[in-house]
Amino acid sequence: MPKIAIDGIDFDAPEGWTILDTARFLGLEIPTLCYDEGLSAWGGCRLCLVEIGTGEQSELVTSCTYPVEEGLIVRTATKRVIDARKMVLELLIAQCPASKVLQDMAAKIGLDRVRFKPKREDCVYCGLCVRMCEEQMMAKAIGFVNRGNKLKITTPFDITSEECRRCGACMYICPTCTLRCEGPEAENVLCGRCYNELQPTCLDVYEDYACWMGLKGNCGTCVKEETEKKKED
Amino acid sequence: MKPEDAKSIVKSTLDGGIVDDLVYKEDGNSFIHLSEIPFYRKQMRILSGKNPLVDPVNVEDYIALGGYKALVRALQKSPEEIIGEIKTSGLRGRGGAGFPTGRKWEITRAQKGKVKYMLCNADEGDPGAYMDRSLLEGNPHSVIEGMIIGAYAIGAGEGWVYVRNEYPLAVKHVTIAIEQARKLGLLGENILGSGFNFDIKIARGAGAFVCGEETALIASVEGKRGIPRQRPPFPAAYGLFAKPTNINNVETLANVPIIIEKGADWFAHIGTEKSKGTKIFSLVGKVRNTGLVEVPMGMTVGEVVFDIGGALDGKRMKAVQIGGPSGGCIPRELFHLPVDYESLTGAGVIMGSGGMIVMDENTCMVDIAKYFTNFLQEESCGKCSICREGTQRMYEILTGVTEGRGTEEGLTLLEELGGIIKDASMCGLGQTAPNPVISTLRYFRDEYTAHIKEKRCPAGVCKTFIQYMIDLEKCTGCELCRKNCPQEAVEGERKKPHSIMQDKCIKCGICYDVCEFDAVVKITGGKNAKNSN
Ligand SMILES: Cc1cc2nc3c(=O)[nH]c(=O)nc-3n(C[C@H](O)[C@H](O)[C@H](O)COP(=O)(O)O)c2cc1C
Ligand code: SF4
Ligand code: SF4
Ligand code: FES
Repeated sequence: MPKIAIDGIDFDAPEGWTILDTARFLGLEIPTLCYDEGLSAWGGCRLCLVEIGTGEQSELVTSCTYPVEEGLIVRTATKRVIDARKMVLELLIAQCPASKVLQDMAAKIGLDRVRFKPKREDCVYCGLCVRMCEEQMMAKAIGFVNRGNKLKITTPFDITSEECRRCGACMYICPTCTLRCEGPEAENVLCGRCYNELQPTCLDVYEDYACWMGLKGNCGTCVKEETEKKKED
Repeated sequence: MKPEDAKSIVKSTLDGGIVDDLVYKEDGNSFIHLSEIPFYRKQMRILSGKNPLVDPVNVEDYIALGGYKALVRALQKSPEEIIGEIKTSGLRGRGGAGFPTGRKWEITRAQKGKVKYMLCNADEGDPGAYMDRSLLEGNPHSVIEGMIIGAYAIGAGEGWVYVRNEYPLAVKHVTIAIEQARKLGLLGENILGSGFNFDIKIARGAGAFVCGEETALIASVEGKRGIPRQRPPFPAAYGLFAKPTNINNVETLANVPIIIEKGADWFAHIGTEKSKGTKIFSLVGKVRNTGLVEVPMGMTVGEVVFDIGGALDGKRMKAVQIGGPSGGCIPRELFHLPVDYESLTGAGVIMGSGGMIVMDENTCMVDIAKYFTNFLQEESCGKCSICREGTQRMYEILTGVTEGRGTEEGLTLLEELGGIIKDASMCGLGQTAPNPVISTLRYFRDEYTAHIKEKRCPAGVCKTFIQYMIDLEKCTGCELCRKNCPQEAVEGERKKPHSIMQDKCIKCGICYDVCEFDAVVKITGGKNAKNSN
């Protein structure tokens, strides 16, 4: 078992654990967005950054991907870490201010300003849905398309995929689809730390669908299911 | 030279003379030998010098020049000895990061497991760079030989050359070279009777810049989406198809046979203490001679730019952009810096794969930073939030500066953002993406400030800040500008001074270019722009 020192705690970490596993085991809090226990680590959101090593040699690494190794020295909350995390979150909130998950995290880590113009997009490209679909639902119905500023997540060729069983797992795991924060549109896109008291919008229309898309039955998925159900009846 | 000249050339060759009229001339001097021409005089073409001598599709040419001799020699030694030699030579990766090649081979060799792979990185995604291409097209066997020696050293049985599909001639020449090598028993089973087996395949890339990054390249060869993954584990431990994998750049590999043949000490003699051998650069921009130049490491930037490139008349060079899109700009004051990994990194630029763009006073440094940042925001794979969003926001701020919406706070934010993108990104793309911005802010902050405070673009490039006007005293009324203006924004009668209707003008600059009397002037911030095309 590799001996590591994490925030000053000496610990024999089991082989194969990541820094994040170890931190969670010890009750040290590290924010994460693109990580989910049931899925492979992705390392994309960069919120789980921690600093390893000391002095000149120290560097930032993503704790969700970094395996523990003998002699590793980890600090989970240095100024360098906090500054980087805040900047990442500032960028993500500016991209997608309606995500309650992000807003809550901002409140927690004390992000108090957003200096970028809000884009008000619907996706932060955390890739959770893609991995969920592939690794847990075994469907591979959605994936990333393009790169850089044209990146998006969609079905192949943007058409409804045969592979998609409409299980909704992608929406279940999405940090921006679920729990949309429609709080005050302040100049500052931070929501003001309210509790989200919104109701799922589709519940009003179809009792069975706790969907938060705000589209009230117009997005198509449930309507289709509904008609199929009717046919069966 | 024209076909008609052939007669006199043959005649004087037979007579043992030269045709004076056809000899290369520069500044009134004639040069008979290639090595005397200023462009070549300071170069040291140990890699690229063979290109003109071999027919790339003819392995006999390569062998006649001593090709594959190094392989024969290498196979008589142990892999450890080869690794030792490469380590002694001090060869470092030419793909950008400058990792010691011998050390990389040693690490890969030390991995457990029988199956290992050797990859050659010929992605060359930097726009305007074509060093690797010239080697693959012009002398493919030198790269193949280097690959075989490397594979022998690390114990790999299979290799891939990852080359972009936009290089059809390189693909063709490498394919032919591999077939020829196979026929001669230089690839395949039991190479040259040594008992060592190794074969090479070609993988073609679709041209994304990020696919040159090693983990993305591996994903691409595996047939997956070409995006990087977080290291560790490094490819040496967990690479292609989860096996230990070594990746080297084309130019790195082409150096290998030379080191084995001429000796590690000979090689270590060239260059500086920490950067050995030569480096090929693609020299372009505001210099007289452009093209690929190969120089010993440690030559100063100034020597490359002035002595090899040569200054253009009447223009003052301002900066050199080194290292490809994510490199940086160094100002003229630092032209005394030697070209080696440490000096360049210290100055905030990178060696990269070896792009060098010379700029003069007509180049706006903010515009340059914006140009490269735009490239990077499009080429970021988008996996890391900080690289994807960060490059887009840097581009947004820079666009603001060039369009008159810049603020001092914006510059502070640029610096802060740049620092964190470097620090927190997953792969080398993000880690170097802020270089164009940070280096121009560091050395040319006055240009940023001029845009923000004085609403002026000193180089006269950013359209928001310039105005074209006609100097009434110089204008002869020739009507040339009026006829050429696509917007019909110029008015005036023949033989009388013309003028530009500012509300119609789209600042395309055509009038400025066509006027034969220098009567069209470019104004920025109430002053004449330095620019004088
Ligand atoms: C965004 C990015 C693009 C790269 N492109 C190339 C490339 O086109 N060619 C190359 O040889 N190395 C490229 N590299 C460097 C490779 O990741 C790797 O370090 C190199 O191929 C290793 O070979 P070397 O040790 O011989 O330099 C790139 C790296 C990054 C981060
Ligand atoms: S749709 Fe949601 S889960 Fe999928 S990548 Fe975007 S933010 Fe993540
Ligand atoms: S740094 Fe940029 S290019 Fe590299 S993995 Fe992250 S998003 Fe992709
Ligand atoms: S949680 Fe580790 S990078 Fe997203």
